[in-house]
Amino acid sequence: MSYTQGEYPIISKQNLAKNMYDYVISAKEIADLASPGQFVHIRVKGFSLRRPISICEINRELGTIRIVFEIRGEGTKEIAKLNEGELIDVMGPLGKGFTMLDPSQKIIVVGGGIGVPPMYEVARHYGENATAIIGFRSANAVILNGDFQQAGAKLMLCTDDGTMGAKGFVTAALKHRLLEGSADMIYACGPHMMLKGVVELAKEYHIPCEVSLEERMGCGVGACLVCACRTVKNGEEYLAHVCKDGPVFRAEDVIL
Amino acid sequence: MADLRVTVAGVEFKNPIIPASGAFGFGREYECLYPLSKLGGISCKGTTLNGQNGNPPPRIAETPSGMLNSVGLQNPGIDHFIEKELPYLKTQDTVIIANVAGHTVEDCMEIARRLEPTGVDMIELNISCPNVKQGGAAFGTSCAAAENITAAVRSCTTKPLMVKLSPNVTSITDIAKAVEAAGADAVSLINTLLGMRIDIKTRRPILKNNVGGMSGPAVFPIALRMVWQVANAVSVPVVGMGGVSNYQDAVEMMLAGATAIQMGAAIFADPWAPVKTIEGLNRYLDEQKIEKVTDLIGQVQPW
Repeated sequence: MSYTQGEYPIISKQNLAKNMYDYVISAKEIADLASPGQFVHIRVKGFSLRRPISICEINRELGTIRIVFEIRGEGTKEIAKLNEGELIDVMGPLGKGFTMLDPSQKIIVVGGGIGVPPMYEVARHYGENATAIIGFRSANAVILNGDFQQAGAKLMLCTDDGTMGAKGFVTAALKHRLLEGSADMIYACGPHMMLKGVVELAKEYHIPCEVSLEERMGCGVGACLVCACRTVKNGEEYLAHVCKDGPVFRAEDVIL
Repeated sequence: MADLRVTVAGVEFKNPIIPASGAFGFGREYECLYPLSKLGGISCKGTTLNGQNGNPPPRIAETPSGMLNSVGLQNPGIDHFIEKELPYLKTQDTVIIANVAGHTVEDCMEIARRLEPTGVDMIELNISCPNVKQGGAAFGTSCAAAENITAAVRSCTTKPLMVKLSPNVTSITDIAKAVEAAGADAVSLINTLLGMRIDIKTRRPILKNNVGGMSGPAVFPIALRMVWQVANAVSVPVVGMGGVSNYQDAVEMMLAGATAIQMGAAIFADPWAPVKTIEGLNRYLDEQKIEKVTDLIGQVQPW
């Protein structure tokens, strides 16, 4: 594994939706090493534990990484206080990212809520060969829809209450998309129930699928073993670790 | 440059700072940040006879100035440690401490036997894990049980034997004296303090194990007090730990009577914490014109 840790300048900060922040961080060493689906571990002043946040975009030419996160508690609230020009303490890139195929392959990314940001860098890789199915609670929580379109992806936007895009869950949209034609890979990140639904559909349509998981985390590098998740290894249940064995797992390896 | 060398149970450490068991895996996870040879030693992840999965997640909860964990000794087993991890660790030019945890006295004896022909520099017998149902802290909360398991493991190993003590006891000095009498060459303390957090919306404990071990800066004053008491009660060296985050804490621990220091939770916030502590310790000694770090040990002047 290869990662670094340091204090890096925030070069842009945006408030994308209520409690939803978007930072571009100038961190060349991290951008050089990062791949889609990996995460960074952010130190929070006054707190004992870092906060893991997925990487939303990697720009090797500019030497930047972009993170989009939601205020979920006191720690992320503190991170959201940082402003443009200030330094942010980042460890990364961490974890195992998504398996990337040739950009000419047809793929589907499925993201739910705060699970949407890590799907963006994946979609960018495939451009117009990507279908991006992204879902949110309501119109006021929608983020990154313009970014996916700009990347060339075919966008299927869903909201639970129908205030924007199609009404309903991303799994319904995925089913719809699969009826139109197959895909070479499905990538997913989002709530537990969503992942379960996506994995079932991938299985039904015999499409390889990778999911990105979340768990309360400690060290972020595989040393402390707190972020356990249920997987299957050699036919037996094994508690793998989201930070090092994941966050991305093959659908057939996880017990959701 | 001050002389940072310390000796614990006949084993020389190039400096007194050691990442604590459970906080540093088997070292590999940090090698890309700095050479492990900078460290005084590494106390490896607690290892049982056979591999085990540990407790269900969530296994961590943040607390004011600290954290709770309920990992439950997930580890790949002693044979994996000896075959896959130890050869790598032995090339890192630092003292390697194997942390031994067992569900039974016989388990611990067998692990010690398997470690006997290996290059492990020291055994740390964990009689204080709060997160396992069998064994663990049960060995460390009564003098008779602590003495019994220490004597049993002592009979199976010629390696320096350090016993890691639980703070979840009425008198940690009595336990320390019991393991000293049973042949321990050193004691390390404190393991985590048993704690709990509850989610007020779901009314569920945050940890799936309900309770877990507390560590981090919040426990430092308790750890320091216990190190001081134990250092005054036994004649074997004391390795101090519990909430040590920086060189100032390390100096306090040594003044209280610790010969070496282990660091755990601090590494999660800052993976460089052990290295910064070593550098800070050296600067402090130079500024104070103290030639040897050992001159600090037990030098607190109590009122």
